[in-house]
Amino acid sequence: MLGGKAGWNGIILQILFVAVLVWVGYEIVANARSNLAAQRITSGFGFLNNTAGFDVNQALISYTGSDSYSRVLVVGILNTLLVSVIGIVMATILGFLVALGRLSPNALLSRVSGAYVELIRNLPLLFQILFWYLAVLAALPGPRQSISLFSTFFLNNRGFIVPRPIEEPGLTPFLIALGVAIVASLGLRFYARRELFLRGHAMRIWPYVLGMLVGLPLVAMLVSGVPVAFEVPVLKGFNFAGGSRIIPELVALTLALTMYTASFIAEVVRAGILSVHKGQMEAGLSLGLGRGTVLRLIVVPQALRVILPPLTNQYLNLTKNSSLAVAIGYPDLVSVFAGTTMSQTGQAIEIIGITMGVYLALSLITSAIMSFYSWRLGKRLGA
Amino acid sequence: MKRVTLALTLALAPVLASVGAQAETLKTVKDRGMLACGVSQGLPGFSNPDDKGNWTGLDVDVCRAIAAAIFNDPTKVKFVPLSAKDRFTALQSGEVDVLSRNTTWTLSRDTSLGANFAGITYYDGQGFMVKKSLKVNSALELNSASVCVQTGTTTEQNLADYFKANKMKYEVIAFAGADETVKAYESGRCDVFTTDVSGLYAERLKLANPADHVVLPEVISKEPLGPMVRHGDDQWFDIVKWTLFGLVTAEEMGVTQANVDEMAKSDKPDFKRAFGTDGNLGEQLGLTKDWFSRIVKAVGNYGEMYDRNVGANSKLQIARGLNQLWNKGGLQYAPPIR
Repeated sequence: MLGGKAGWNGIILQILFVAVLVWVGYEIVANARSNLAAQRITSGFGFLNNTAGFDVNQALISYTGSDSYSRVLVVGILNTLLVSVIGIVMATILGFLVALGRLSPNALLSRVSGAYVELIRNLPLLFQILFWYLAVLAALPGPRQSISLFSTFFLNNRGFIVPRPIEEPGLTPFLIALGVAIVASLGLRFYARRELFLRGHAMRIWPYVLGMLVGLPLVAMLVSGVPVAFEVPVLKGFNFAGGSRIIPELVALTLALTMYTASFIAEVVRAGILSVHKGQMEAGLSLGLGRGTVLRLIVVPQALRVILPPLTNQYLNLTKNSSLAVAIGYPDLVSVFAGTTMSQTGQAIEIIGITMGVYLALSLITSAIMSFYSWRLGKRLGA
Repeated sequence: MKRVTLALTLALAPVLASVGAQAETLKTVKDRGMLACGVSQGLPGFSNPDDKGNWTGLDVDVCRAIAAAIFNDPTKVKFVPLSAKDRFTALQSGEVDVLSRNTTWTLSRDTSLGANFAGITYYDGQGFMVKKSLKVNSALELNSASVCVQTGTTTEQNLADYFKANKMKYEVIAFAGADETVKAYESGRCDVFTTDVSGLYAERLKLANPADHVVLPEVISKEPLGPMVRHGDDQWFDIVKWTLFGLVTAEEMGVTQANVDEMAKSDKPDFKRAFGTDGNLGEQLGLTKDWFSRIVKAVGNYGEMYDRNVGANSKLQIARGLNQLWNKGGLQYAPPIR
């Protein structure tokens, strides 16, 4: 019952409380509006359609200075997402490896992993980002003295330049063949597992899967020609023209975020694994399974239930920490939108509001995905 | 996230402040006993702290002149260092009373930001700096170059316009702070560093080997720099505006920091009006009769300020050029004090 034991009194108090909250909220908005109007500061979201007039050095969608501020917003969000997704994947892998290393019976491995965690998690992140940026830049030569690999890949202080794939007529058949191979492989796996569970008949399917995944696209290529051609970068003027480039800002930021977050994830994972009773490991070993197999099949699935909630926290932290990008000139959301756009338009309230909304949405989506995964895991473990 | 939190605090400040308080800046400043002046985070010649935390520079002297006009004490200034992208929010929210931070006067800043420019303290223009070893002689040879720039500036937009107009390609790397920008340029991340020409000379002093870098001859924009105040307080706007005019007028009249007391005794009518021995022009501004001599006593006239900070007597050694007085071939001009 709403209001618990207090009954009607409780309900009335709650209604009053909500009314006060709504009134305070209204006052804040109304006061801000009248203050802005009194100082004749432009407000509203009309600015989003204005021309931005500045360029950005990494955009995942096509963008030029004549596009609007709303496009800048999308460019910023995508750049933030790019760093976050790469960072989360790599930090998870590295974190698990370090945790397993720290728990390993091998003294050297365990000490090195321990030292990694204690060193990295105790240094400020901004400092680490600047360190990697300046260290990476200092170590690399200028464009004219690039380190080159087969004259197609180039590494210099402007980034890592690789040939860019260009679509050819053979691309569609190639992709169809690849899709068919993937679907067929999944079907085969489903069938094999059914055979195993229902009849106890184990099948070796990987040679067929490999054959299909490689063979089918190969046949498609032979029939309809190469799927993509590559545009090789060449030095032209100050920089390389053609090809795709991974900018050093992205590398430094991803590297720093990955290493920093991995040190926390390692501790989360270690705690999770230690929370599983050691009898589980001993039982597995006494069945004759290897250490790795026991970890993979018995210990980690149980540990995951403990690991997932704090792991989600780390993912959220990584996404939010990516806003430190502005220090090294990586064009993330805060840099291009809450930075350049804000100072060009002066509409702090709107822009900070949008930026907070975006981070909130990203965080809630991450949480939702992790909750879903956790729920499915719980179902599978029968909890 | 620290930056977002800071920006949020700044953004929310006008929400909570009442309308009335905004309109009486002079009273607020007097009650506080200090002028809050927004300056850069360190730009030699304009606003730069030394190792003891003493600020010097042209923009700093403007703050000191305003403080002298109000308190007869040029030290009553609280300097608030602001990054290019946070500066307007700080002014809008009342964090600073005046923004004297090498800021370019543009139409959109004058209107939609809710601020007014009180005048032009320095006529500047945007230029490019490159390493001598690149053997570039003109900005038109910069096709395909990587350019380092500070974010939140008119520079960023001028750069886009210039390269587009000349059909050249470039890569822009935008940093939040001036120091990071220069460091990235020095490390070779960019071929070119661009900002206002005065800024190029100032930042070049910070490089390990200034002689290895050259400022290209092209000036691609007009950058009139001046102090800003909030909309809605005309008295305060007038005080800042006439402090600047006072500085220029003092140079026109030949009044210097050294001879100000002597000049104050002059019988010439225009001198008497300025020094307040005749009439009450200072009181009309909301200040005292001796406002003019207070300013000059504190920082000298405009020419002295210029020479000391960016001109002949400074490390920057920038010629007067457009910043010479109007009757000596420049653009500095003040309406009459009468």
